[in-house]
Amino acid sequence: MAKAHVYKRDHINTDEIIPARYLNTDDTAELAKHCMEDLDIGFVKKCKPGDVIVGGVDFGCGSSREHAVWALQGAKVGAVIADTFARIFYRNCINCGFYPIELENAAEKINDGDEVEIDYENGTIDNKTQGKEIAFKPLPDFAIQIVKDGGLLENIQKRR
Amino acid sequence: MAMTITEKIFARAAGQDRVRPGDLVNANIDIIMCHDVTTPPAISMLKEKGIDRVFDPDKIVVTPDHFQPAKDIQSAELHKRLDTWAKEKGIKHYYKLGRAGVCHALLPEQGHIRPGEVIVGGDSHTCTYGAFAAFSTGIGSTDLAAAIATGQLWFKVPASMKFVLKGRLSPGVYSKDVILAAITAVGTDGALYRAMEFVGPALKDMSMEARMTITNMAIEAGAKNGIIAFDEITRAYLDAHLKQKAEYTVFESDADAEYVETVEIDCTALEPLVALPHLPSNGSPIGDCAGTPMDQAYIGSCTNGRIEDLRIAAQIMKGRQVAIRTIIVPATPEIWKQCIDEKLAEVFYDAGCVVSAPTCGACLGGFMGILAAGEKCISTTNRNFVGRMGSPKSEVYLASPATAAASAIEGKLADPRKYMG
Repeated sequence: MAKAHVYKRDHINTDEIIPARYLNTDDTAELAKHCMEDLDIGFVKKCKPGDVIVGGVDFGCGSSREHAVWALQGAKVGAVIADTFARIFYRNCINCGFYPIELENAAEKINDGDEVEIDYENGTIDNKTQGKEIAFKPLPDFAIQIVKDGGLLENIQKRR
Repeated sequence: MAMTITEKIFARAAGQDRVRPGDLVNANIDIIMCHDVTTPPAISMLKEKGIDRVFDPDKIVVTPDHFQPAKDIQSAELHKRLDTWAKEKGIKHYYKLGRAGVCHALLPEQGHIRPGEVIVGGDSHTCTYGAFAAFSTGIGSTDLAAAIATGQLWFKVPASMKFVLKGRLSPGVYSKDVILAAITAVGTDGALYRAMEFVGPALKDMSMEARMTITNMAIEAGAKNGIIAFDEITRAYLDAHLKQKAEYTVFESDADAEYVETVEIDCTALEPLVALPHLPSNGSPIGDCAGTPMDQAYIGSCTNGRIEDLRIAAQIMKGRQVAIRTIIVPATPEIWKQCIDEKLAEVFYDAGCVVSAPTCGACLGGFMGILAAGEKCISTTNRNFVGRMGSPKSEVYLASPATAAASAIEGKLADPRKYMG
């Protein structure tokens, strides 16, 4: 079961998700070791495959580095849930086949450690711990298709 | 139907008569900017997928800048991948070490930016080129790969936000202070997904260099792009810098175009600002923060590493000594040479600064001036996030070259106006 790691912080930026001192590589496994390092040094240790990160507004602001998404994917994060996302990061998520979920007041609806199950296509988060179902607006169909295909390039290849 | 300049550029790029905010369009890309951090992964993706095609080797501009000259073995490998690819694909505009520079200073200087065009780059500060009445935005590596292969990308046409820069700047106050004031007014996500269109009389006193500082930081308010209309100042710059394909199309916002929001900045009343840690929106008048001790000053970057910035810094430092480590980074080889020809380098040397080769360097915590835990840096760059220039326990203060130079002299945040005239 996916566990939520909640950060009650707005503007969690790409420098915190993957600091630039590690940008001398684009190796996902290497980047994964430093995922979220400048925000929470213990994150990689406690994150289990499929776990989700919950943040506030403007998640992923700053640099265009897709390395931020690769670090999250490498650390086996299942999705990021936040009030809003910075636009380049949001686009990078979809392009990499990773789900960004927009949910108003996300950190108030999900507590740190809550167990959640997400239905990406229908737009529901089943918060098992609190026994509540939370609705969110799913990605548009074309974006869901890109994510399901594994990313934009895979999607382009499939369409050709 | 009335359209903004951004909408008109999208309509042209998508081959449509008109577009509205929210429309999804497939736009033809005119120029793609490639550097050493985000392009090598894009190249690998294309290779992995067996996509050999480059849509147009003449429309791709390549320059290593973030970690150049290579700072370690790993970044040398990135440069090698970029170099091999650029040569193999016959990229026409490939700037190698010696001619390579900080991308957003280099491309306009070398004449690659034209009004009315769509420019994308694998760097968030690609929005800089909007100063030339062009649409430009930053993208990640996957989008970059798709653009390199196809010459097209999909976009959601952004709603536009108007920033009216009223009045005239006082001595000691610069375009950097204006953009810090704008970001402080709306917040780091105040223009999320939107176009920031800058208008108003204060622009008339600003050179293209000064205007680029403004559009450069549009991303720091979350914007998709920043844009400034074409005028005689734009024309003069282009006449001096465009080397080929000197024709371009000038689009203007219609008088009755729609804006989701209008923000007025009174430039006459503006004071030098410092963005305190850890957000560019934490603008504080220098009067409220002067005296805060600093450990380092950094003058450079795609925001403020152009010749005009170095002249301003040199003017303040002439005949004085810096009290803290001060690093001057001319953004391109041409600026570096001008810095020597105009004897600015001598002023910096005499003042006790070091002048480095063109690089993004320490702006993003790469190298050439990394901060230790507990250290504070006054910097002319664009971001002061946690750990941006080094240790997560260090602090970055953003300001104009004048404020950075004055602070370098005093070793603490200082008002540049006392060193002027």
